[in-house]
Amino acid sequence: MEALELARWQFGITTVYHFIFVPLTLGLSVLVAILQSFYYKTGDIGYKRLTKYFGKLFVIIFTLGIVTGIVQEFQFGMNWSEYSRFVGDIFGIPLAIEALMAFFIESTFLGLWIFGWTRLSKAVHLACIWLVAVASNLSAIWILMANSWMQVPVGYHLVDGRAELTDFIAILMNERLLVQMPHVILGGFITGGMFVIGLSAWMIIRNKQPELFLRSAKIALVFTAVASLLTATTGHDQAQETVHTQPMKMAAMEGLWETEEPASFSMFAIINQEEGVSQREIRLPYMLSVLAHNNLTSEVRGLNELQAEMEEIHGPGDYMPPVAIVYWSFRIMVGLGVLFIIVSFYGLWLWWREKLQNHTIFLKTTMVMMFLTFVANTAGWIVAEMGRQPWVVYELLLTADGVSASVFESSIWISMTAFTLLYGILAVAAFYLVWYYGKQGAPEEQEGKETNLHTY
Amino acid sequence: MDLQTFWLILIAVLFIGYFFLEGFDFGVGILMPFVSKDEVDRRITLNTIGPFWDANEVWLITAGGAMFAAFPHWYATLFSGFYLPLLLILLALIVRAVGFEFRSKMKEQWWRKTADYFIFWGSALPAFLWGVALTNIVMGLPIGDDMNFIGSLGLLLNPFAILGGLASLVMFTLHGAIFLSLRTTDELKDRVERIAKIMWVPAGVVLLSFALLGYRHTILFEELGLIPGTLPMITIGAFVAVIVFMQINRFGWAFAATGTTIIFGTTVVFQGMFPVVMPSTISTDFHLTVYNASSSDLTLTIMSFVAILFLPIILSYQGWSYWVFRERVTRDAIPRS
Ligand code: HDD
Ligand code: HEM
Ligand code: HEM
Repeated sequence: MEALELARWQFGITTVYHFIFVPLTLGLSVLVAILQSFYYKTGDIGYKRLTKYFGKLFVIIFTLGIVTGIVQEFQFGMNWSEYSRFVGDIFGIPLAIEALMAFFIESTFLGLWIFGWTRLSKAVHLACIWLVAVASNLSAIWILMANSWMQVPVGYHLVDGRAELTDFIAILMNERLLVQMPHVILGGFITGGMFVIGLSAWMIIRNKQPELFLRSAKIALVFTAVASLLTATTGHDQAQETVHTQPMKMAAMEGLWETEEPASFSMFAIINQEEGVSQREIRLPYMLSVLAHNNLTSEVRGLNELQAEMEEIHGPGDYMPPVAIVYWSFRIMVGLGVLFIIVSFYGLWLWWREKLQNHTIFLKTTMVMMFLTFVANTAGWIVAEMGRQPWVVYELLLTADGVSASVFESSIWISMTAFTLLYGILAVAAFYLVWYYGKQGAPEEQEGKETNLHTY
Repeated sequence: MDLQTFWLILIAVLFIGYFFLEGFDFGVGILMPFVSKDEVDRRITLNTIGPFWDANEVWLITAGGAMFAAFPHWYATLFSGFYLPLLLILLALIVRAVGFEFRSKMKEQWWRKTADYFIFWGSALPAFLWGVALTNIVMGLPIGDDMNFIGSLGLLLNPFAILGGLASLVMFTLHGAIFLSLRTTDELKDRVERIAKIMWVPAGVVLLSFALLGYRHTILFEELGLIPGTLPMITIGAFVAVIVFMQINRFGWAFAATGTTIIFGTTVVFQGMFPVVMPSTISTDFHLTVYNASSSDLTLTIMSFVAILFLPIILSYQGWSYWVFRERVTRDAIPRS
C-alpha cells in the first residue's frame, strides 16, 4: 500500500474508534446530569446511587474519548499536512475555539465533579456535571463546523492555492452544519439513552436493585424515544440538503446510476461498480422523490450523469465514491434508526401497561440495541465521509492531494500498527471495566455522608 | 504590534502554560515510583494531580489548535516533520492518562503494576521528547522550498538535542518534586523535599551545559553577544533561587521559581528566533516565519477576539479548581481496600 492509502486507513481507524466513545459521552453526560438533578430536587438517595453508578461508567468512557481525541487533533498535521496548509485558514478556527471554549470546561469541571462530592455544595456540584454535559455537546458543534465546511465549503476564496476566509458568519451558518449538528448530537443521545436502558435492563433481569433501575430505564426511555424520532427527521433534512449540495453522494447512497424522474427508492440491490449497474433491485416507486424533495414527481440525478458533469468541470478522472459501501451503510443506518424508534416506543407502551419490568424478551432486546447504536453511528459517518470521496474538501481538494509530502510509508506503518494494537488493548480494558462495574450494581450511599466518585 | 506577532505571543503563552502545568504532572508521574514507600504513598502521589491533569493537557490541545488556525504552515511542517517523535508523545500521553484513570479501578497486583509503568513512561517520555523537539527547532531543520521537512529521522537524535531533552526532563522532574512537597504531608513530604534538594545539583549541571552549548549550536544567541540579555538572566536567576528557597524551607516560593525558570526558558526560545518560527538549515530563504506561515488577517482577527475573551475566563475557573482542592492529600484521604 502506498502512503496515501495507509494514511486513509489510519484516519478511518482512529476516527471511527474515537467516535465509539464520543456519542456515548454526548448522551451519557446529559443523562447523568439529569439523574443528579432528580437527586437534587427530590433528595431521594436512590437517584444519588444511580448517578454514581452511571457516573462511574461515564468517566471510564470519557477517558477513552480524551485519549483518542488528542490523536485526532495531531493527525491533521502529521498525516495530512498539505490538507492542513490548504484549509488551515478556515478549518483551524473551529478547532481552536473548540479547545478554548469546550475542552477546558469539560476537563476542569469533570475533575471538580469527580473529586468535588466532598468539597462542593450540592448546587455547585450539580452545576459541574451540567457544565460537562453542555461543553461536550458544544465541542461537537465546533468540530462539526469544521467537518461541515469540508463537506460544503462556504465563505472562502482561493489565494495561492489555499482557501482563505472571507465570511465567518457563512461558516457559522453553513446549511450543512445546521442539519448535521442536530443529527449527530441526537444520534449521541440515542447512544447514551440505549446504554442506560440496556444496563438497567441487565440489572432488572439479574434482579439487582430492580426498582432502582426501573427508574433509570424509564427516564432513559423517554429520552431515547424523543431522540430517535428527531434523529430520523433530521436525517431526512440531511438527505434533502445532500441532494442539492452533494448530488453525487446522494446518487451513491441510492445506487442510482441513471437520472430518474420521478425517482424510486431502492430497498435492495447488488451494486456492480465496474459495470455501473445495480442488480436484483427492489424499488419503491416515487419514494426517492419524496425523500429528496418532498414531492412525488421530482427528478433525482444519477451517477453517470454526475460523473460526466464533474469531468467537464474538473477534468478527466473518476469522481464516483465506492458506491456499494455507501449504499449499504446508508441502509444499515436508516434501518437501525427505524428499529430504535420501534424499540423505544414499544418500551414506553410496556411501561404504560406496567409490564416493563417483567418483559424479559424486551429487556434482552434493549441489551442488544445498546451495541447496535455504535453500528448506526459508524455507518452514518461512512456514508458522510466515504460518500464524499475522492474529495477531501468537496470539489476543492482531492484526498490524494491532501496527504503529507514528507512522511514515509514506513512511518505510517509504524504508527498505524501502534495505534491499532494500543487501541485494541484499551478497548478490551475499557469493556472489561464497564462490564465489571456494570455488573456490581449501584453503590450503597448514606444520607449526609459524601464520598468522591473515585480516588486514584 | 502586528497580528502575526500578537499570535506568536499567544501561542507561546499556550505552550508556556502547558509546560508550566503539565510540567509538574510529568514530574509527579516520574517521581511516583521513587518517592513512594507503599501503595498508599503511590495513591497519594497520584491524587495530588487527580483533578488537574486533564485540564493541564488541554493547554497542549489548545496550542495545537491555535497553531493550526493562526500558522497552518508551521503546524503542517512541524507535525509532519516530527512524525515519529510526535507519535511517541501521543502514545505516551494515551497510556499515561489511561494509567491514571484505570489504576485504582482494579485491585489486582499486575493491573496496578502495569498502570505504574504506563504512568512512569508516559510521563518521562514526553518530558524528554519535548526538550528534544524544541532543541531541534532552534537548531534548524532541513526544510525545503515547499516548506516541507526533507531530512531523516536520525537527524533529530543528535547529541545536543538529547541534552535538550535531558534538560526538560530534569526541569520538569524538579518542578514536580516541589509541587509534590506542597501537596503532601509527613514522611512523604520530607522525602520529597530531600529528593528535590539533591536533584537540584545534577539539574544545574545539565541546564548549564545546555545553555553553554546553546551558544554555539543555535541561532538564539547570535544577536545577543556575550552578555546574554535580560530574559536568559532571569531564567538563570530563577533557577538559582530555587535552591535558595528550598534551603530556607520556602517551598511555595521554590515552586514559583521553578515555574519562572520554565516560563522564561520557553520565552527565550520563542523570542530568540523571532520572527522565525522554524529555521531552515538549507537556506535562510526557506525559514518559516510568522509572516509566511500565517493565516489571513481576517482569521487572525477573529481568533484574537476569541482568545482575548476566553483566556481570562479559563484562567479564572482553572484557578478556582486549584483553590477548591488546595488541601494537602493525607493518608486518611485514601480509602482502605
Ligand atoms: C460529534 C462529536 C465529535 C466529533 C465528530 C469529534 N469529537 Fe473529539 N471529542 C468530542 C466530540 C467529538 C467530545 C464528546 O467532546 C469528547 C469525547 C470525550 C471528551 O473528553 O470530549 C472529544 C474529545 C476530543 C479531544 C480530547 C479533549 C480532552 O482532552 O478533554 C480532542 C483533542 C478531540 N476530541 C479532537 C477531535 C478532532 C480533531 C476530531 C475530528 C476528526 C474529533 N475530535 C471528532
Ligand atoms: C468522529 C466522527 C467521524 C468519523 C467516524 C469519520 C469517519 C471517516 C472515515 C471512515 C474516513 C475514511 C474515508 C475514506 O478514506 O474513504 C474519513 C475521512 C476523513 N475525515 Fe472523517 N469522520 C469523522 C469525523 C470527521 C471530522 C469531524 C472531520 C474534520 C473535522 C473529519 C475529517 C476527515 C478527513 C480530513 C478525512 C480524509 C481522509 C480520508 O479521506 O481518508 N472527519 N472519516
Ligand atoms: C432513521 C433514519 C435516519 C436517516 C434518514 C438518516 C439520514 C442520514 C443522512 C442522509 C446522512 C448523510 C449525510 C451526508 O450527506 O453526509 C446521515 C449521516 C449520519 N447519521 Fe443518520 N440517519 C438516520 C438515523 C441515524 C441514527 C439512528 C444514527 C445514530 C445513532 C445516525 C447517525 C449518523 C451519523 C453519525 C452520520 C454522519 C454525520 C453526518 O453527516 O451527519 N443516523 N444520516
